[in-house]
Amino acid sequence: MVHSIGRSTLSFVQALGDLALFIGQSFRAALGSKKLFRRVVRAMFEQGVRCLPVILIVGMFTGLVLGLQGYYVLNRFGSESLLGTLVSLSIVRELGPVLAALMLVGQAGSALAAELGIQRNTEQIAALETMGVSSHGYLVAPRLIASLFVYPMQTALFCCIGLWGGSVSGSMLLGLEPGIYWSAVERAVETADVRECMIKALTFGLLTVALCAYHGFNAHRNRASTGARAVSASTTRAVVQSSIIVLAADYVITSFLI
Amino acid sequence: MADDFLLKVENLHKRFGANAVLAGASLDVPRGSLIAVLGRSGAGKSVFLKCLADVIEPDSGTISFDGHVLTKDQPAARAEFRRRCSFLFQSNALFDSLTALENVALPLEQTTSLPEKEVIARSMEALKQLELEAHAERYPSQLSGGMQKRLALARAIVTRPELVLFDEPTAGLDPLRRNAVFTMIAKYQRQFGFTALVVTHDVPEALVASDRVALLDSGVMCFQGTPDEFATSTNTIVRDFRDSEAALTQTLGSIRRGETIQSEDS
Repeated sequence: MVHSIGRSTLSFVQALGDLALFIGQSFRAALGSKKLFRRVVRAMFEQGVRCLPVILIVGMFTGLVLGLQGYYVLNRFGSESLLGTLVSLSIVRELGPVLAALMLVGQAGSALAAELGIQRNTEQIAALETMGVSSHGYLVAPRLIASLFVYPMQTALFCCIGLWGGSVSGSMLLGLEPGIYWSAVERAVETADVRECMIKALTFGLLTVALCAYHGFNAHRNRASTGARAVSASTTRAVVQSSIIVLAADYVITSFLI
Repeated sequence: MADDFLLKVENLHKRFGANAVLAGASLDVPRGSLIAVLGRSGAGKSVFLKCLADVIEPDSGTISFDGHVLTKDQPAARAEFRRRCSFLFQSNALFDSLTALENVALPLEQTTSLPEKEVIARSMEALKQLELEAHAERYPSQLSGGMQKRLALARAIVTRPELVLFDEPTAGLDPLRRNAVFTMIAKYQRQFGFTALVVTHDVPEALVASDRVALLDSGVMCFQGTPDEFATSTNTIVRDFRDSEAALTQTLGSIRRGETIQSEDS
């Protein structure tokens, strides 16, 4: 048992080191990569524009549900006027960055892991290397750089639409004065909350995109399966581990910033 | 005086677990020649080629390119080798999300400082030379197998390499296409003057198209010489390999006549 715990710990530490090297190597390779801007814009389109509908829909419903639940809970204590505070702090501090990151992992992250896995399987990555082109710089770095812009923007949009969803529930459906709701939002959200939200979005973006790229890029290393199964296994691992890391990192960041 | 050999491989070893795929393979590749490396399926031909192309790291052995030994601690020599060498994968390894033109332009765009106009012009020129200019905006999946092969060759030659490594370029093709691919390789090798190393198991085509032939068996090169020397060699392995078609005809004739065949396995 001790043996197996030791082995698991060692392989976990090794995987962390591998991931850190992968991120470092990708950023370093970005320095020498040509036409990087064009590929970053393309990656921003994939992570940003393509994922926008899901971000807006989930953000909207999160706000609607929070507004609905919050209104009836606060109503028991005659404190409906605090609905804006409840919705805004929940969304800006926690739900916005976490749910936006999870949605992005589900859509853009899984697509990234699968795409790189297939490129590994069909020797496209090996072809890049034989041409003298850094596969880290060409394939991974643009995605990592794009995530640093897209995740904060998507999170901000998620928060805005979520706050609006809360107002739809509270004001338009349940009769709370809109001015009361929005002034509570204005009073509750401080610069520190927005900063915390953006720090989380940046961290989640970098970690999840790096994890998804890492698993896709190394799909061939999986000894348990090969070919299409290796791609599907690496995509699944990428999504599961990214989702876990979002929640774990959220706890760590919150405990430092609170 | 410049060395007559562009590439020299000495005593290459590669093992996957308990399986020793290369056990001291050596090969001399004269400058400007077309060399065919023959061998049975699973003989380690592709591994040999991938070791040369730096896709797989050999366990031991020496690879010298243009007089410079390529080692791990000399990244500059390796980078120079990659700049002057192209690899044509068995699967073509084309980028399926890029058009034919973008595929060909990619190595120029990423490894040179040429302006974009020049990159496009040179890529179109390569496509034209391989009669693909009408398909420049098509994706690889919209091209036939033969066109994909030509596209992969266009991408391989667009950087004007001195050495092109071909990994089983005719695998899975019918005899007509096989001939067409060998003709294409021989034609462009002469037209562009690069040194070509073709790994294949198609003996007749290789003997006609190549200047030199090598035979890989059990992880070592058991023969190196001209096609004429290969055709007259008394080496048992060479003879078995060379005469396999005649042996097959004889065996099939016996089966048709109802004679009892002694199996190799028995």
